[in-house]
Amino acid sequence: MSKADAVAAVLWISATMYAVFGGADFGAGLWSLVAGIGRRGRRARDLIDWAIGPVWEANHVWLIFALVVLWTGFSPAFEAVFSTLFVPLSLAALGIVLRGSGFAFHHTARRTRGQALAARVFGLASVLTPFFMGTVVGAVAGGRVPVGNASGNHISSWLNPLSLVIGALFVSTGAYLSAVFLVSDARRAGAPDLERYFGTRALGSALVTGALAVVGLIALHKDARYVFDRLVGDGLPLVIVSLVCGSVVLVLLHRGIQRGARLLAAGAVTAVIWAWGVAQYPYLLPQKLTLAGAAAPSATLTSVLIVFGVAVVVVFPSLGLLYMLVQRNLVQETTSRPDPHLTDYDGVTAARRPQPD
Amino acid sequence: MLILASNLQAARSQMAFTLGFHIILASLGVALPALMLIANYRGLRHDDGAALKLAQRWSKAVAVTFAVGAVTGTVLSFEFGLLWPAFTGRFGDVFGILFAIEGVCFFLEAIFIAIYIFGWNYLAPWTHFWTGVPVVITGLGGAFSVVGVNSWMNQPQGYSPTTGKVTSVEPLKVIFNPAVPYEVPHMILAAYLVTGFLVASIYAVGMLRGRRDRIHRLGLLIPLTVACIATPIQFAVGDTAARSIAKDQPIKFAAMECVETTQTDVTEYLGGRCTPNGVKGGIGIPGLDSFLVGWSTSTQVTGLDSVPSADRPPADTMLHWAFDTMVGICTLLIGLALWLGIGWLRKRDVPQSRWFLRATAVSGVASVLALECGWIVTEVGRQPWIVYNVMHTSDAVTHAGGIWVTFAVVLALYVVLGAALIITLRAMSQHWRTSDEQDVDVPYGPEPPPPSGLVTEAPG
Repeated sequence: MSKADAVAAVLWISATMYAVFGGADFGAGLWSLVAGIGRRGRRARDLIDWAIGPVWEANHVWLIFALVVLWTGFSPAFEAVFSTLFVPLSLAALGIVLRGSGFAFHHTARRTRGQALAARVFGLASVLTPFFMGTVVGAVAGGRVPVGNASGNHISSWLNPLSLVIGALFVSTGAYLSAVFLVSDARRAGAPDLERYFGTRALGSALVTGALAVVGLIALHKDARYVFDRLVGDGLPLVIVSLVCGSVVLVLLHRGIQRGARLLAAGAVTAVIWAWGVAQYPYLLPQKLTLAGAAAPSATLTSVLIVFGVAVVVVFPSLGLLYMLVQRNLVQETTSRPDPHLTDYDGVTAARRPQPD
Repeated sequence: MLILASNLQAARSQMAFTLGFHIILASLGVALPALMLIANYRGLRHDDGAALKLAQRWSKAVAVTFAVGAVTGTVLSFEFGLLWPAFTGRFGDVFGILFAIEGVCFFLEAIFIAIYIFGWNYLAPWTHFWTGVPVVITGLGGAFSVVGVNSWMNQPQGYSPTTGKVTSVEPLKVIFNPAVPYEVPHMILAAYLVTGFLVASIYAVGMLRGRRDRIHRLGLLIPLTVACIATPIQFAVGDTAARSIAKDQPIKFAAMECVETTQTDVTEYLGGRCTPNGVKGGIGIPGLDSFLVGWSTSTQVTGLDSVPSADRPPADTMLHWAFDTMVGICTLLIGLALWLGIGWLRKRDVPQSRWFLRATAVSGVASVLALECGWIVTEVGRQPWIVYNVMHTSDAVTHAGGIWVTFAVVLALYVVLGAALIITLRAMSQHWRTSDEQDVDVPYGPEPPPPSGLVTEAPG
């Protein structure tokens, strides 16, 4: 494995993290949008609100990291993609801004009247971003992004059957992931009716995703023969893994077994992303630009790998500490609050350790 | 060609606007955690409930501003491709590593902000304090990386060949380029200065409205002290930076000071209008400009006429005014620092006069203005280059159409975003004032228990 391949792996890892964690969040936004106004719809939205409320936008970080690795490790590819695909990437960015703002003001907006509007914007943005990200992937896989500053067609590069199908596939995949996650959340919240509600939706979105995947394969066969051939060649084992994981999840949900459902759903998505990577290899832009051709000078690649290594060593333990605290929070919320020490200042009695919430 | 010229203008406008917006949030992200920790330290060390309360409030302000800053920062990373693809395409492999470092710092900062906010409830007091320290350190690391990229654009080095595709990079030379020693400290001090005065100004307004309790006095004193320590240092660092720029980027310096022709005994002008025949209007001090550059009036200062007019920065009058405004505001803020210092020495307390509070109330906006002016000087002053003397900005811009549209959308979105941020922070502050409780939900905060309404239709 060359250094360029290693950096490409880092890129793919970041993209996978973004797809799994971000995808579930996007999907939740979609479910919130289509939940309807009835009593059950409101309850579903309440659950979604509660479930994604505390999920801070780690997605931002994975996305930014993927972008930075792309432009540092393979700058000509970054230039080509971001200039030719100006329109869909701008729209995806718009969705990210709207969603990010939703996150920032989600908690504080709870009390204000603009909440309904904010929820709607959040939901729309949750569809916008994955859809246009999908059209970008479709454009790349379809070989419609030539090297250079906006050398490809600004519209037909991403407005074509393959791109549109992959865009839709991204949206439905997020919906599927999120529905699977929400089944567990519903159980955690003690709402069996919502467990069934999202179980049905997990099944529905799984079927839609499967159908879109078949259409996508047909489009790929017609439009991007190179990637198609590799996908059903070297990439086939991963495609099968994805299929099996996705199906097992449905069986588990049907039988009401929670254990492993989330992990397998995430595994299904991960396998597809890596199958795509295998299918493109050694190209970054199929048949236009190889990894080696786009790769940065050796010292730069080494630096990227060092920074990634440091990130793994320092970021994951920190994340672990955070999750530990989150778990402890969950435990204590359901039992009792910690005992504040009381002290006097300025004649006012107040908690020495002020209590949030 | 016409489309490209228009693209350049639109792209520069959008970049200037989004950066000018983000730089305020970034400054808060760098320095507000430090204020929060100082208050936290004071609270624990001296068993000071008011200080602890401030630390907790500020930690919530940190969470909200950081979350909005994450959004505007993401936009900037998209803009590297959407607006300047040829720049990133050619040099991304040179400066990109700094952004990779920044990415790690940003991630850690987000994690530890969340840990710190959780920690109010679930960690021992001093352990909790220490979980805030990485927030400050990663903030500094992130500032170093991002400003390092800007420094590199001003003083590019560490790659070859200098024309065409880069085939060799020396990362350490890129990271520690010659502009880093003055640009990075200048920006970090600016962040502390702006945050300090901004926070102090909010409490000054509160005190002017008659709220003179201990929370307000301490809320004014801590940030103002930090800012007043940073200001004179900033003046000295800025002075060094200006001298280095006169040496390293002489055309930027010439535009800042309206020096038309290369000569000695150059007059320093305060204000005035730059014309090809010298400065019109303004206050001139003969020989001072030469003196400031080389400690002697006989120092030669490079003029704009040393390069073809196409290689000179646009709008030199605006540049000159931006520079003078920044220096002028910094000078006035040093005056405020002296006021505080003398007041403290005499009475061991913050001066309580209305004029002092009014001056402090204005200092927040003034320091933000100075920050923006400084950014204008460094960015507009580098034009027409995106990489100084290596790549023209016009060669970096995207060939895709539609930037005026995205600029319009960004403008509208950011106005709403800015308004929402201010409304949210105000609502938080009002909430703190009216109810003594701390039930303000913020991003990164602990998860509330499931809504009780959900738990119906329990299994029978």
